[in-house]
Amino acid sequence: MGDRQENVPVNGRTVVKRISEREIAATRIFDAPARIVFEAWTDPELFARWWVPKSLGVPLRSCEMDVRTGGTYRLEFGKDAENSWAFFGKYIDVVPPTRIVWTNDEGENGAISTVTFVEQDGKTLLTFSEVYPSKQALDESLGGMDGAPEQFEQLDELLATLGAGRA
Amino acid sequence: MVQLHQARFDTSFAALSDATRRGVLEQLGRSDASITDLAETFRMTLTGMKKHISVLEKAGLVTSEKVGRVRTCRLGISRLEQEAEWIEQYRQLWDARFDRLDMVVEELKNREKSDGR
Repeated sequence: MGDRQENVPVNGRTVVKRISEREIAATRIFDAPARIVFEAWTDPELFARWWVPKSLGVPLRSCEMDVRTGGTYRLEFGKDAENSWAFFGKYIDVVPPTRIVWTNDEGENGAISTVTFVEQDGKTLLTFSEVYPSKQALDESLGGMDGAPEQFEQLDELLATLGAGRA
Repeated sequence: MVQLHQARFDTSFAALSDATRRGVLEQLGRSDASITDLAETFRMTLTGMKKHISVLEKAGLVTSEKVGRVRTCRLGISRLEQEAEWIEQYRQLWDARFDRLDMVVEELKNREKSDGR
């Protein structure tokens, strides 16, 4: 818990911290009550609008989410059916509007992802954390994009775009 | 490119997983120090500190040089940059996502406000 406190972002910006050998977390403060941020995270149409940054250049082909404990999700990315890949898994703990925990079942080294929404004075501290089965799995993951090399290529493209946009 | 970093990450993150070693790095960030100085600062035997320094050296985080009877330690050059870069890539991804989430949230907030009237 003490570690989490250090993660509180200044000025609401995104802060990323390696919590331990197997865990990494991103935090940000949103200027809205938790129920709203939770809705943006759990409504598939709304989720699809922000999960894939536009600059990634790869559309989300489909987004199915049944956000309740025991429910499943499946996100498919790609330009067409042949060049696509899927992220999928199961929600193992959903407590609206404060917490969602899910698995990442694309491979053996998938993380357990947890997002928490802590509301204070009308604002929401969002913490997204990934706990990997091993240190190596985390080192190799680069934010849930582990596995296929084309994913890293896509990420490289994304990062290049982001860099260009900021310069 | 990512793969090449993994072996190094293993040793560097393992080296960083110890509070004393992180303390030593902070100390060396302020100024170079001999192993004797470091052992005193961290109230530990010379042998214990030598072991810590050796772990840090293997991870490339520290270099040391023996001049006369004193071994002086300093920070390894730029060895943490790639680790920082790795985290920065993850941060950029989430920052981009959160920017867009921010827009969605703002829209929902406005909608709720106008519905309330």
